[in-house]
Parts: sequence; C-alpha cells; structure tokens
Amino acid sequence: MKTAVETQDLNLFYGDFQALKNINLRVKENSITALIGPSGCGKSTLLRTFNRMNDLIEGVRIEGRIVIEGENILAGGTDLVTLRKKVGMVFQRPNPFPLSIEENILFAPKIHKTAAKADHERIVEESLKSVLLWDNLKDKLGKNALNLTLEQQQRLCIARLLPVKPEILLMDEPCSALDPIATERIEELMRVLKEHYTILIVTHNMQQAARVSDDTGFMLLGELIEFASTGSIFTNPSDQRTNDYITGRFG
Amino acid sequence: MKHNPYRTEKIAFSLLFLATIVVLLPVILIIGIIVQKGWPAISWEFLTAMPEKGMREGGIFPAIVGTLFLVLGTLTFALPLGVMSAIFLVEYAKDNVLTRLVKLAIINLAGVPSVVYGLFGLGIFVMFLKFGASILAGSLTLAIMVLPIIITTTREALESVPQSFREVSLSLGVSKWQTIRYSVLPHALPGILTGIILAVSRAAGETAPILFTVAAFYLPKLPDSIFDQVMALPYHLYVISTQVPNVDPKVRYGTALVLLLIVLSMNFVAIVLRSKFRKKKKW
Ligand SMILES: Nc1ncnc2c1ncn2[C@@H]1O[C@H](COP(=O)(O)OP(=O)(O)O)[C@@H](O)[C@H]1O
Ligand SMILES: [Mg+2]
Repeated sequence: MKTAVETQDLNLFYGDFQALKNINLRVKENSITALIGPSGCGKSTLLRTFNRMNDLIEGVRIEGRIVIEGENILAGGTDLVTLRKKVGMVFQRPNPFPLSIEENILFAPKIHKTAAKADHERIVEESLKSVLLWDNLKDKLGKNALNLTLEQQQRLCIARLLPVKPEILLMDEPCSALDPIATERIEELMRVLKEHYTILIVTHNMQQAARVSDDTGFMLLGELIEFASTGSIFTNPSDQRTNDYITGRFG
Repeated sequence: MKHNPYRTEKIAFSLLFLATIVVLLPVILIIGIIVQKGWPAISWEFLTAMPEKGMREGGIFPAIVGTLFLVLGTLTFALPLGVMSAIFLVEYAKDNVLTRLVKLAIINLAGVPSVVYGLFGLGIFVMFLKFGASILAGSLTLAIMVLPIIITTTREALESVPQSFREVSLSLGVSKWQTIRYSVLPHALPGILTGIILAVSRAAGETAPILFTVAAFYLPKLPDSIFDQVMALPYHLYVISTQVPNVDPKVRYGTALVLLLIVLSMNFVAIVLRSKFRKKKKW
C-alpha cells in the first residue's frame, strides 16, 4: 500500500522541553492508524505536527522531516493553507461554529470560493450524507448547530471538513466527549470514511484502537515505542512497555 | 447583651440595603430635577432653532448639530484606529516587552484627566498642526480620549471569542486574516459595538477636551467645513450657566436634559446590546 505520511527523525521541543523524541513512522494510505499511550506522552503533539497546528504555539521548535506526497511539510516554503486543506482535523471536543448546520458546512468552501452558489445545496447534502446525518437533519439545515447532540455535532465537524477535499483526516480523541453508543457509531463512520481518506486517530481508549485501526503506534514520554499492525501490537507486542500498557499495568 | 446572630444579620442587611439606596438617590435626584425643570423648555423650536437674544431665548440647534458632528468626527478617527490596534494586540502581537508597554500605555491613557487631553489637542492639533480651533482638531482630541475605551472593549470582545474558533478555521486551511475576518470578528461584533457606543457617549458629554480645540462660545450658524468651529452641548451648557447673566433656568435645564438624553439613550442601547449578546452566546 502507498504511504500517506512519513516522519523521519522527528523531534519537537516546547521551549526546553522535548515532547517528541526521534519519531519515525509510516502511515499507509486509506488506512486507519491509531496512536495510543498514557496522557501527556505526546500523541496530540505528534498529530498536530501533521497539519502544522503546533506553529500556533509560541516557542515550538521542530527538527526532522515529515513527508506527505513526496514533500517535506516542515520545509521553509511550505504553504500552510494548502497543507491544511489536504490534512483536515477533528478536535477532541465537538466544536461547530455557533452558526446553522448549513453555514457550518459551507464555512470553508465559501471562504475558499471553491464552490459556486448553485453547488451549495449539493455540497451540504453530500457532506451530511457522508457522515450519515442527512436523513436526520435534512429538514433542519437552518438550525443552530449547537442545538445538536454531541455525537451529531462531532459528525457535523467531520462533515465540515469534507468540502475542503482533504486526503488525510486527523482525529484527536474524537469520541472522548461521547457516550459508548455514540462512540461505536462514530467508529463505524470511520470505517466508511477509510475508503476515501487516510485516518490518523489519537485515543487513550485501547479498545477503540483495537476495534477500529489497521496500524497502531504506542507512545511513551515522547517516544514512539512500537509501531506495527494493530493485530500484532495487541496480541504480540515486541516491547515489554507496550505489553505493560495494553495489559493495563500503567497508564 | 447576649450575642444574637439573627439580630446582627438584620443590622448588616439594613446597613447594606441603606448604602445601596444612598447610592441610588443622587442618580434619581439628578435625573428627576433635570427632567422636572428642563421638560418645560423642550419644544420643537428649542431643538431646531438658532439661539437668540444672547442665548437667552431661541433654540440650541447649532449645539446639537455641533455635538453630532464631533461624535461623527471622533468615530471616524478612533474607530478604525482602535479596532485595528485591538486586533493587532489580540491576534498578532507576540507577548513581549513592546506589547506589554503598549498595553500599559493604553491603560494609562484611560486614566488621563480630560482637561489634559484638551491641552494636548490645543498644543498639537490647534497650534502645531495649525488646524486652528475646528471640528477637525476637536474630533482628533476626542478620538485620542476615547481610543482606550474602544481598544479595551474590542480587546475584551476578541478575547471572549473561544480559541477553538480560530483553531478550527485555521485547520480548514483558512488564512489567518480570513480567520479573523470570518470566525472571530462576527462573534466579537456586539462587544465592539458596545465599546463604540460607550465611546460616543463619552465624546458627546465631555467639555474639557473641546474647550480649547473646537467649541464656540456663540456661533448661531452651522459649520461649512471641518475647519470651522462649532457650538457643542456640554460647552454651551457651561456657557449659559456661568458666562451669560439672566438666562432662564428653564433653558439651562432644558439643554442639560437634551445632553443627558443623548448620552443616557446611548448607554441604554449599549446595555441592551450587551445583554442580548450574553444571552445569545452559547459557547
Ligand atoms: N503548549 C505547550 N507548551 C508546553 N508544553 C506542552 C504544550 N502542550 C503540551 N505540552 C507538553 O507536552 C507533552 C505532550 O502533550 P500532549 O501531546 O498533549 O500529550 P497527549 O496528547 O499524549 O496527552 C506533555 O508533557 C505536555 O505537558
Ligand atoms: Mg491529547
């Protein structure tokens, strides 16, 4: 399978504190890759390097290379707008804008001027269908998105990404605010989306990683301890620390 | 006497209640007296006619128009400058010595007595830049005075917009400026509007800054250009109260009432806007 993202000797520093240590990993196209590990081990930090969201934080320094489609996105001249269109992000807390459902989905295409007015309706419909919200919401597109359930809000946040036509979706604990049933349904959605997108998900829910992902990386104190197919990580980890973590001995 | 918690509670309550009433009293008295004594003076003629007989009769039209012009002029300068610098401070400026110095300067600017602004305006705009006593000089002086209000309220409004709005927008490949334009400013607008209205009511009500920079003692005509002097309500009130003998008190209180109504109604709009904004805000 083709590689979607590859990191090479990636180091990241918040000031003097090194949050990522020599990370090397390779994410396959049209797969789901999970990052697991105890709180504070650097999962979110790693995820946010892929769309350069760490650039927003003062005092961050990054070394190494991250290659997406043959280009090192850490290189000086990288166009962040193009990168972030290609690499979309779903956040931990559902965070729709306090606008209508429709306006949320059309937010980016309107600003990017990528869609003619005549296409707006179709874009809304397609995006909501992709996240399996269309049937429920088609009659209330003008309703404020903040009135939806948390699960619907998170689906909407995913739908909001799609008109930008990303290739890679980054999800930072997308289900941590949801109940188990909603979590399961979002996981189903991820399996559907995998057909068209490469998905990277951070989770501290090991069952979730085991259920949904193809590959899993285990992180500890800024290091990527082990990166392999999900099956082998959970049944036959090669590192003792991975074994300790998945058997619940710490974390 | 035995200590009785219910008694002390009662005394405490009464004292605090009394203090609150005492605070309320002057406000009610001021408004009450001005309305009572000024209302008889209010008429269509009073609002739309030129003053006559050495300002003892006629209307206060040029003073109302002058004040409106000054408010407009003030906003023309203070609004873009204030909003833009607030955007810069909140969205772009890194937290360094210079930014902190600027923020400190703004806070201090707010504490400068208004007569000092008046002298400053006289020195810079009237004399050094040779605008003369004029709408231009007065507006610029008032603009500097209200700048801290606009900057501070705009900053607060911007800071109250959740960081996540910015993050989401940026993560969708929206540029920084577009993010500010489309996902920060719209949500900060009501707050900014509140600041504008507070600034307007301050600019409309102050005497000291316009004293040397624009206000005319007696000028029963409307201005032709921004280099003309104008009459203005607060200064006119001062003049007819202290400088002109034998003015019917009705006229003084009537003028005060008009000024008060303009300022209070603006404050009222600001309060309504702010509370509407709070209710609508769901994040
Ligand atoms: N903005 C920041 N400034 C300084 N340190 C940070 C910042 N964000 C995260 N860290 C630190 O980096 C480490 C990794 O954080 P994070 O990536 O959020 O971990 P995780 O997502 O695995 O819980 C933690 O020790 C955290 O304290
Ligand atoms: Mg995290």
